[in-house]
Amino acid sequence: MKRLALATALAALMTSPALAGKVFVSNERGNTITVVDSETWEVITEFPAGNRPRGITASPDGKHLYVCASDDNLVRVFDTETYEELHTLPSGPDPELFVLHPSGNPLYIANEDDNLVTVTDVDTHTILAEVPVGVEPEGMGISPDGKYVVNTSETTNMAHFIDTTSYEIVQNTLVDQRPRFAQYTADGEHLFVSAEIGGTVSVINPDGGAIEHKISFEVPGIAPELLQPVGVRVTSDGKKIFVALGPSNRVALVNGETFEVEKYLLVGQRVWQLAFDAEEKFLYTTNGNSNDISIIDVEAETVVKSVQVGQQPWGVVVVSD
Amino acid sequence: MFRKFLLAVASLVSLAQTATAQEVNAAVLRVDYPALLPVSRLDLRPEDLGFAGAQLATEDNQTTGRFMGQTYVTQAVAATPETALAEFERLQGEGVRFFAVQARAEDLLAMSQAAAEGTLILNTLAPDTALRSDGCRGNILHVVPSRRMFADGLAQFLIWKKWPRWALIHGSHPEDIALADAYRAAATKFGGRIVAEKEFTDTGGARRTDSGHVQVQRQLPTFTQDLADHDVIIAADETDVFATYLPFHTWQPSPVTGSAGLRPVSWHPALEAWGGTQFQHRFEELTGRRMRSEDYNAWLALRVIGEAVTRTQSADPATVRSYALSENFELAAFKGQALTFRNWNGQMRQPILLADGRITLSVSPQEGFLHQRSLLDTLGLDQPESACTAFDQ
Repeated sequence: MKRLALATALAALMTSPALAGKVFVSNERGNTITVVDSETWEVITEFPAGNRPRGITASPDGKHLYVCASDDNLVRVFDTETYEELHTLPSGPDPELFVLHPSGNPLYIANEDDNLVTVTDVDTHTILAEVPVGVEPEGMGISPDGKYVVNTSETTNMAHFIDTTSYEIVQNTLVDQRPRFAQYTADGEHLFVSAEIGGTVSVINPDGGAIEHKISFEVPGIAPELLQPVGVRVTSDGKKIFVALGPSNRVALVNGETFEVEKYLLVGQRVWQLAFDAEEKFLYTTNGNSNDISIIDVEAETVVKSVQVGQQPWGVVVVSD
Repeated sequence: MFRKFLLAVASLVSLAQTATAQEVNAAVLRVDYPALLPVSRLDLRPEDLGFAGAQLATEDNQTTGRFMGQTYVTQAVAATPETALAEFERLQGEGVRFFAVQARAEDLLAMSQAAAEGTLILNTLAPDTALRSDGCRGNILHVVPSRRMFADGLAQFLIWKKWPRWALIHGSHPEDIALADAYRAAATKFGGRIVAEKEFTDTGGARRTDSGHVQVQRQLPTFTQDLADHDVIIAADETDVFATYLPFHTWQPSPVTGSAGLRPVSWHPALEAWGGTQFQHRFEELTGRRMRSEDYNAWLALRVIGEAVTRTQSADPATVRSYALSENFELAAFKGQALTFRNWNGQMRQPILLADGRITLSVSPQEGFLHQRSLLDTLGLDQPESACTAFDQ
């Protein structure tokens, strides 16, 4: 059955060469990036990425890979073809997670130890601003029009909306315990904020910051304490929301219209971050405790493969060729 | 330079807000009891023990307060057993209504007695079972785990390991005997068997002299020679008299647990899971030392207050207390799940860390120990076992 699904998937891949690309996975404990071929799902290579690589993203043209080297207190920039380090960017201390402006510049970085969001120009390699936020900033989301960047602070339990021109916090929304991730829908109508310890995903109306809905999770036979939402990704049509549920080893698929959970997909252990490929055909998950990634077929809503990567995979990004 | 400027602007903004803000006045009251030097100099008490954790919590609360229009002021006061009550009353007279208290049961109860209507005390030190049962007080919440919670945390691990035969060695002080009682109760609860029991009598004398180790190396093997066959030794030595010497000095090659070896603790500076790393970083940056359980407990106490104030938008102690005891309260505190309160005796539910000195070896509750309400209620006094009535609505 699984084999058949995989064969179908591979056949689908062969007919759409645009899918060819690379999956980059940051390994927090291994201090490396694992590169996986997005067509064959074979590991291409693993290269060193500094100390404690966590947040990972790529430039819109796919040429540059940005990695938060948390314990080096900077962002490392790699060439996605040669894997060579091109330069570093100042990030402020302990960068954990970041988000790139839709235009590709600047980079908004959460400094977990220092209660700051640092804004870094990726061309001039300079810091444009530092915005004081709540305690232990982590999640970073940006509105599709680039006007607001949202930071979640894990101990303050807030989503802070920062104006990207004035660098002022214009609005705060109190959410449940330990918010880890912020994700806008492509139309900018909703913002999803996961609360790892609270066990919920808040659906926020960015206009005014009110919580319109709270998604909660329930799996028979699994202790509710283990259902810890972290990474959230939404298809660009807004129909499917995927939520990584940490130590429950599951990814929830949530209906983007009703906000009801439709199914739970079993993946590797302690699943945290998620990334689509460019076509949103497949979703990749990082499983920190089983040192692998799981690959989910978005259309079929099934897990089709897992690939061993480095030690304690944290973040993932897919770059098309 | 740039950053300093921005921070300065931020603090100006927060100052501007304080004019109309709610002010949350708390105190950490630490009672310093006369004590001998610890067996290991690694355990020397830092001057700011507990206070540092409270400072971090106050900074955390204040960062949130900046967005909510609240200001947190926490005084740190060290007292002797003789001055403790007077200090408590003095602070109360100054308008302090939230107290994180690091004191033994008798002093804690004296403060509870002297507390004004609406004053809320958070116990950060006393592990006594009675305080969670017939000796409970409606104005005391316990953020420190009880002896029963610590004992149950270790017991679950030993049962999970299928090491059910325990040799219990306890000290001769009342605290040690109470701790031994907690291990006996844990044995009954989880199916452990205490196959041997022995008291190590504190006869005083030099413990850290140059020749001390010679005596230890000769005496401890014979002291443990007559223990019946066992899987592990559990040392109940809250007063730090002998347990630290036990590992490797036993007659048989026995693993030591309890007050030495594998210890159940509320915090450990090596914990890295669940965001622990950045929490440790923040504390170490603030203090230049590692975080101890006393610091964590004080942090927890003040974060309970901060969380309740944030959610209720009230600095009234009665509102804070009732929110803390409600279904809605939960606190993320770097232990992998939300911490809540037992609304029948005011005890905070929390996982117990099992540390061997270098790493956090395991965390209880262990897999397979189930409870109809919360898995955390497998640790410590459950509702039917507690004779506390002060929390009845």
